[in-house]
Amino acid sequence: MNKTIIKLGAITALAFSLPLQANTLKLAYDADPVSMDIHEQLSGGTLQLSHMVCDPLIRWNQELGFDGRVASSWERVDDTTVRFNLRKGVKFHSGREMTAKDVAFTFERLKASEDFKGIFVNFTAANIIDDYTVDLITDGPYPLVEHTATYIFPLDSEFYTGNDERGRDKGEIVKHGDSFASTNISCTGPFTVASREQGVEVVFDRFSDYWDADSPGNVSKIVFTPIKEDPTRVAALLSGDIDFAAPIPPTDLARIDSNDGTDLVTMSGTRIITFQMNQKRNEALANVKVRQAIVYAVNNEGIVQKIMKDFGTAAAQQSPKGYLGYNDALKPRYDLEKAKALMAEAGYADGFDATMMAPNNRYVNDAKIAEAVAGMLAKINIRVDLTTMPKAQYWPKFDERAADFMMIGWHSDTEDSANFTEFLAMTPDQETGYGQYNSGNYSNAEVDQLILDSAKVTDIAKRAEMLQRVEQILHDEAAFVPLHWQDRAWAAKSGVQIDKVVNVMNFPYLGDLVMD
Amino acid sequence: MFAFLVRRLGQAVIVMLVISLLSFSIQDQLGDPLRELVGQSVSEEIRNELREEMGLNDPFMVQYGRFLKNAVQGDLGTSYFFKRPALDVIMDKLPATIDLVIGATFWILLFSVPVGVFAAIRPHHWFSKVAMGVSIVGISVPVFLTAIFLIYLFAVELGWLPSYGRGDTVMLLGRWKTSLFTLDGLKHLLLPSISLASVILPLFVRMIRSEMMEVLETEYVKFAWAKGLHKRRIWMIHAFKNTLLPVITVGGVQLGIMVAYTILTETVFQWPGMGFMFLEAINRVDTPLIVAYLIIVGLIFVITNTVVDIIYGMVNPMVKITGQ
Repeated sequence: MNKTIIKLGAITALAFSLPLQANTLKLAYDADPVSMDIHEQLSGGTLQLSHMVCDPLIRWNQELGFDGRVASSWERVDDTTVRFNLRKGVKFHSGREMTAKDVAFTFERLKASEDFKGIFVNFTAANIIDDYTVDLITDGPYPLVEHTATYIFPLDSEFYTGNDERGRDKGEIVKHGDSFASTNISCTGPFTVASREQGVEVVFDRFSDYWDADSPGNVSKIVFTPIKEDPTRVAALLSGDIDFAAPIPPTDLARIDSNDGTDLVTMSGTRIITFQMNQKRNEALANVKVRQAIVYAVNNEGIVQKIMKDFGTAAAQQSPKGYLGYNDALKPRYDLEKAKALMAEAGYADGFDATMMAPNNRYVNDAKIAEAVAGMLAKINIRVDLTTMPKAQYWPKFDERAADFMMIGWHSDTEDSANFTEFLAMTPDQETGYGQYNSGNYSNAEVDQLILDSAKVTDIAKRAEMLQRVEQILHDEAAFVPLHWQDRAWAAKSGVQIDKVVNVMNFPYLGDLVMD
Repeated sequence: MFAFLVRRLGQAVIVMLVISLLSFSIQDQLGDPLRELVGQSVSEEIRNELREEMGLNDPFMVQYGRFLKNAVQGDLGTSYFFKRPALDVIMDKLPATIDLVIGATFWILLFSVPVGVFAAIRPHHWFSKVAMGVSIVGISVPVFLTAIFLIYLFAVELGWLPSYGRGDTVMLLGRWKTSLFTLDGLKHLLLPSISLASVILPLFVRMIRSEMMEVLETEYVKFAWAKGLHKRRIWMIHAFKNTLLPVITVGGVQLGIMVAYTILTETVFQWPGMGFMFLEAINRVDTPLIVAYLIIVGLIFVITNTVVDIIYGMVNPMVKITGQ
């Protein structure tokens, strides 16, 4: 009897002595980061992790401007140099203070990473001026230094130097295999990784020595569960098992919005969805009038309304609003009569046969969109043979340029207009890598030249004019079929103020998250 | 007995060889693993370098030979995603799947015999009719639909049970991470185990019912009635015992099939078992993990069938597994 009471007492005491986890955020995305090494794979998951565990030199704000982070200020010194002044007293999770040496180390590591070196191709060096000043040097005048600096999350250079107990170089980036850096991380961010079971759960603790004392964030612990299935993720949010969930499928937006205990935040997105028309595979598509007719025949506003449930913005160009290259004059141009007339003018009044391929699990409603487009093309007598497949099988097909019409969505890694054209519309070139995703083989010397030149222009107004000119040409020549920009949606339990920390790039700044 | 086991072991090896050859030969159709390993803007040139480095450009027989050589040393390859030996990854996920199978088996054992026997003895009773109707629905409704319905009813609308995951777990014998011994874990197990049982249980109920009805028509049961034995003794001792023989055979096979159904159940409930892992591995084109999973599942099938044969031999003295 007495023993039982003592036992009960001990248990009660234990229960009360546990620290109160008042602000634990239960987070669910569709996938967890593949590695703890933030330089191993350039993907959304990696960048989300980077913004939780690390801090960049500067970062994007919701208005697509830049805020200083571990760099407090920056200025252009000359045509090829931008100087970053680092904050003092920024601590790594290891306890060391961050200096210019760590920034230079991180820069070199990025240049060595297969995935990231493409972004840094115009950069030649990160020069240490003193402990708190770093110069980023480019090989010529380069307009996107700030855009690129958002990718520099200073890593703890001493933590990644030397060999671990298994004799592996701690700094090594290993693509397919185990490395020190893929399971260990020391950075300057608001959270440290407390535990991680890949694909199941990652637990983050607030870093007590976080430099940003002004951050309003009050989340002390994050339990991050990747939930792959859309219905399960939504159900977990609705039942209160999850505080913050993303992405939210279009079919559940209304339900979450109208539900009492949950809030929905949406933003028009920056990922453009298009169909490319292969001019080499199908001679009809080499005819500019046929391509124009196709663009006129595709009712992309209808697709946004009916299939995307208004969860997208119909597009007439690659650059979303807010980007330098966004050309205000270009509007969606659905006009079936005009499309038919153009087909007749081109000598294809009776149409032709064409093949089409699209993924079925890569973009929101991708297969349904492809079916709709195929149906719309039937109205101008283009008989489409459509194949849809999972993305794992789709990408090899895309590399083979296996169909006349191929769907491709693109998000600009630099948040800049030129990136779209570099990959999607420039003349394909094995040597330079330009046009790597241009399955249509569209080629226009003027577009190529404008994009190459724009990479050397630091005058913003002049550069905007060049990039908008590119959009105009692509529009006039119907280089591709523009569909829409996918919107983004996040949802949270009421009281979790995600509206202030989410952004169109989809890396929520959870360090600044406030929850009641 | 010993000779029987040795022969079975030989068969298992052949089965696993065939499975490995099949799964190895389809891996090219699954997609390009490199796509999942690198970002979208990485050039084809770099991807090809990596492919070369990983030996993916080698001829099929060279790759398969290398795989076999490693496999006999217990190395089934390294998962691209987990960056750990595929076998270790599967062993980590196995306990969760077994918890789920135990949970579903519990429901099956609890309900299949009473309901099946009752429906056979009193075929015209209203309960029998309802049970048969429900069992048809259970067989026909896909398991993921049942699962989503259960989540919406019990987790979202009523809020009684958690909607996903495994809950608290305890370590058993230093290796077995199980959720069977915590209240939170059992709560998490409830819906997934019911979903999984929902396809198999009706099958068992119907099978026990029809077998039992057949047995009740046989001469020796009629003789037992004529002897004036108590009805309970006739049903339970004379009839039911003989009903069990085919049930064991089919049940053993069903246990293997249940492993296949765990893929769907685990995916919907975000249950961190090996079925969920397998589906993810397919999406990521994690070929070493896919091959290893198929081999392990093949092994599970061979083992359950062997156990079933042994039990059958014990239950039915007319059957000699040694073939003498």
